This record gives sequence, C-alpha cells and structure tokens, in this order.
Amino acid sequence: MRGLTVGYVLHRLWMFVFTIWASATLMFFIPRLAPGDPVSAMVTRMSRQSGRVEGGAQLIAAWRERFGLDDPLPVQYLRYLRSLVTFDFGYSLAQFPTEVGTMIGQAMPWTIGLLAVATFLSFLAGTVIGALMGWAGTPRVVRALLPASLTFTAVPFYILGIFLVYVFVFILGLFPISGGYRSDLTPGFSLEFINSVIQHSTLPALSIILASMGFWALGMRGMMITVAGEDYLTLARAKGLRPSRILFRYEVRNAILPQITALVLGLGGIVGGTVLVEYIFGYPGMGALLYQAINNSDFTVIQGIVFILILTTVTAVLVLDLIYPLLDPRITYERR
Amino acid sequence: MDTSVLDQAGPPETAAPPRSAIPWLNRKLIAGSALIGGVLLLTLLGRLFWNTDLALAASSPLNLPPFWADGGTSAHPLGTENSGRDMLALLIVGGPTTLQIGLVVGVTSMVIGIVFGFAAGYLGGPVDAVIRTLSDTALTIPSLAILIVISSYIREMDVNTMAFVVALFAWAGPTRVIRSQVLSMREQGYVRMARLTALPTSHIMFKEMLPNLLPYLAAAFIGAASGGILAAVGLEALGLGPQRVPTLGMTISNAIQGSAILRGMWWWWALPTGILVLIFIGLFLIAIGLDEVANPRLRRARKGGRR
Repeated sequence: MRGLTVGYVLHRLWMFVFTIWASATLMFFIPRLAPGDPVSAMVTRMSRQSGRVEGGAQLIAAWRERFGLDDPLPVQYLRYLRSLVTFDFGYSLAQFPTEVGTMIGQAMPWTIGLLAVATFLSFLAGTVIGALMGWAGTPRVVRALLPASLTFTAVPFYILGIFLVYVFVFILGLFPISGGYRSDLTPGFSLEFINSVIQHSTLPALSIILASMGFWALGMRGMMITVAGEDYLTLARAKGLRPSRILFRYEVRNAILPQITALVLGLGGIVGGTVLVEYIFGYPGMGALLYQAINNSDFTVIQGIVFILILTTVTAVLVLDLIYPLLDPRITYERR
Repeated sequence: MDTSVLDQAGPPETAAPPRSAIPWLNRKLIAGSALIGGVLLLTLLGRLFWNTDLALAASSPLNLPPFWADGGTSAHPLGTENSGRDMLALLIVGGPTTLQIGLVVGVTSMVIGIVFGFAAGYLGGPVDAVIRTLSDTALTIPSLAILIVISSYIREMDVNTMAFVVALFAWAGPTRVIRSQVLSMREQGYVRMARLTALPTSHIMFKEMLPNLLPYLAAAFIGAASGGILAAVGLEALGLGPQRVPTLGMTISNAIQGSAILRGMWWWWALPTGILVLIFIGLFLIAIGLDEVANPRLRRARKGGRR
C-alpha cells in the first residue's frame, strides 16, 4: 500500500471533479460566445431542412422563454450545473415527451459493452504483439510477420469501419449491415438474441480493435527495448534464470506498467472514435443517438449524451489512476 | 507544408557525424514526407488542370461511375455522386483543405505547447502545477464529444474556425511532451553551465535548449496535426463541418447517407477515404521516423532486428 497515499487519492479525486467541471463549463460558455443562440440556430437548421418554418419568430420567443434563455447568464449557468449534478437533462426536443435520461439509459449498455470488450481485446493483442516485437528472443519468422499487424494503426476507426462494411457486408455478405440485433427478435437472455448481438457487434468491435491495437503495440515495443538495456536483466541472465522467467517476470512486468498510463491518456480518443464507429454501423449506442440528435438539432439530447460520455471516460480514468500505484510499488506519489 | 518544417530541422552543414548516417535521413521519415508531399502536389497541380467548380452540387450528371467502368465518361474521369458533384474536383478541393486544417491545428498547438511546456518545465512550481492540471484535463476529456457540442451550435463554420476550435484540445499533447523534455534537459551540464554564466532565461530556453528539442518538437507537431485532421474529418463526417466548401469528410458523410456502399458506388466513398488513408499513413511514417531520430535506442534496435 506504499504507493496509494491519502494525498494521492485526494489529488486524483480533485482532478476528477475539476475535469468534469471544466468540460461542463466549456460546453456551456463556448456555444454562447458564438453569435446567435441555440434556439435560433435550431430554427435556422429546421428551415434549411424543410424550407420554411411557420411562425418562426413566435417559436423562437416561446423556446427562449421555455429554456430560460432570457435570464441572466449566471442564473442560467447555475441552473445548468444543477441539472448536470442531478442527472436531470430534461426532455428531448425532437421526440418531445421522451426524457433525455430514458434515451441515454437505453443506449448506454450497448456503448459500454462494445467499448469495454473492444478496448480490452485491443489492449491485450497490442501488448502481446509489442512485447514480441521488442523481445530479443522472438523467432525470426514471427518477427517478420508482426509489423503487418500494425497496418491499420494509422487509419482512423471510422475509415476502417467503412472498409470493413465494404469487404464483409457488401462483398462477402458475412455480417448484417447495421443495428444491434435482428429486428424480429425481442431483447432478452435467449441464445438466439445473444448470438444476434454478437454478430452485429463483431464488425464495430473489429474496427476499434484493429485500429487501436498498433498504438499499444508500439508503446510496448518501445518499453521492451528500454527495459532490455537495464542492468537487472544482465544480472538475471548471469544468475542463469530460465528465459521464460526473465521474459515475464523481468521484462514484461516492467514494460507493461507505462502501458496503463497510455490507456488512461488514450481512453478519451477511443470514446470519441467509438461515436463515429457506431454511426457508421448504425449500432444502437450513444454514438448513433448522438448523430440522430445532431441531425434533429436536439440540443438537450446532445448535451446529455456528451456529458455522460465525459463522465464515463473521466470515471474510468480515475479508477485506472487509483489502481496504478497498487500495480507499480516503485512509484510513490508523496512528493513529485 | 509539413515537409518544410522537417527541412528546416535538417542537419547542420558542419563536418559529417562519425556514426554512419545522418539520423534525419531516416527511410520512414522520407517515405512519409514523400506521401504527404505527393498528395499536396497532385491536388494543387490538379487545380491548374481541372475545373474546381465541378465540386459544387448539381454541376455534373448524377451517379456516374469512373471512366473505365460501364457508363463512365472521360468528362468525369473519377465519376460523380448523387447530388452531381464531380469526384475528381472534390478530391482536388478537399485534399489541400484537409492538410490546411492539419497545418493550422499543428502550428497553433505548437505555439501554445512551446510556451506552456517551457514555462512548466523550466519555471516549475505553481506555474507547472497549473499548466499540468490544465493539460491533464484536456487530455482525459473525450475532446471529440465537446467539439461536437461546440460545432453543433456554431451556425456558419469555415475551415479556419473549425481548425481553431479543434486546436482548443490539441495543445495538451505537445505541452506534455515539451514539458517532460525540458524537465530532463534542465539538469544537463550545458544548461547548468549556461545558467552559471548568468545568461538570460530566454536565451537559455530558445538558443540553448530549443535546438536540442527539434526532433521532439517535430514529432509533437506531426502528432497534433494528425490528431487535428482526425477530429476535423470526424466532425465533417457527422455533418458538422464547413458547409460551403466541399471537404473530404463531407463527401464521406454524404456517401454514408446515400448508402453508397450497398449501392456499389465504391468510387464515392473509396476515393475520399483513400486520400485520407494516404495522408494518415504519411503522417504516421513521419512520426515513427522522428521517433527513431529522437531516440537512438529504437534506431539501434531496428538495425539489430533486421539482421
């Protein structure tokens, strides 16, 4: 427990609150710095889509009143913060009687499931590949094949997604094109339903895994090479330890820790990328809901989803940060 | 555009270094720069030979395939899409725009990164604490999500506005890299020496330390630029980009909406994504190359691994 001090935990908690507050505040003020206001922006968009809006001026006035946009800014800001803290995001503008919370609640498990599985698998695969690339004892044949696995590293999730749809859906016809499960099935714990869910999420998950795997592999390779120069490895070899023990207990054990820091820093990007992957695959998660909301200028839904996405990411980061010193006893956060 | 930065950062003309090769003549670095340079050159030359007005909607017949396929014409060699835009013109207009966004995001975030990174690393103390908190915050937030909120409110987005909005979140990476390098460099002999001789702080920072950071700066620039392009194209693909100029992301967005993949209109989605893939691979190669320039250990490992 040496690493996990009270000061460290408090600092992390403070960062957690600060990050959420800062992003919520940015989301509040930056749109208000732009000319115009959300309501007239919405009306403009509506009239662009459907030609003309009946009684646009009254509509704007009514909505301004309803959202309290005529109140002074600090009042609006406090009300906004209160609604975030109480998770009360109000009603959807486009599908009026539905509450934003309900819509998010339906979409959330899909996204969390996809993200958790895909991130875990890509982290695992990437770390193994990177370790093999950086290890001096890797057979030459394997070493020659490894770089091929990094082909997609440079390509963004959503572009890879488009290619996967083309190859596996259009040409090979192996997977369904969009959605989260076959529409004639009722969600539940039946074998058929679970099978359908897996079929529908294979391609979205694959595009996240293939595209982010190389990131972990490159980091791991670099750390393995750095570790390879350390004196304790020479000592371990001089002691005549088994090569497998040297590899796992000395090299991998030390190289893998910074990977967790990389995971903490990369998580935000993965969440952002997933939004687009879901949109490409019509996957019924937060990303697809967000896209729909953008198209309908449904600002309450947009705000709600984005806040939940931020909250989820920052919470995951907090958890990883708290686990890290337990994994790496060398690090003390007493005084940096 | 990107290559010019690298050229400036080239080796000094003094006596050749004893080790076999000049590190900047890295194969990946050259290949990557050539890719980016090639895309830029082709699209810029294209402007001279092709009418870019054809990138506007309703300027051409609808849904034509490329010229070699059935029904294609040489008037629209790469085909057209469902609102009558010529694909070749779209690529010629969209390619440089995408690189321009990368350049603006890269430069903006480097300026912020150099100022913040040096301030945090060199001055330390409360300045460091504040800057580190800010950059850690900016790094952990899923920035694309906030960008989506911001751009869905901004009614008329042009290319530079979007680039600056994206740069709001892109500075944290460079800041972090520069800070950690400055921190370790600060304790090295020549910097201490410079401090002992009472040289002004600005001189130490920019004349003594900055040149030694060049590979890291270049790598941070490339990282910020490719992150910026990634975010910008993502926004465009969601329909939140500039509406007046045709962009690659907007073309992809239209292709998905028009279910181009299932209609077999591969030229509609494959051409813009193809250009983007070339750009991203180019930037990626440059980044790896710079990594090897900056970190001799990786260079040695690479040589050892090959033979």
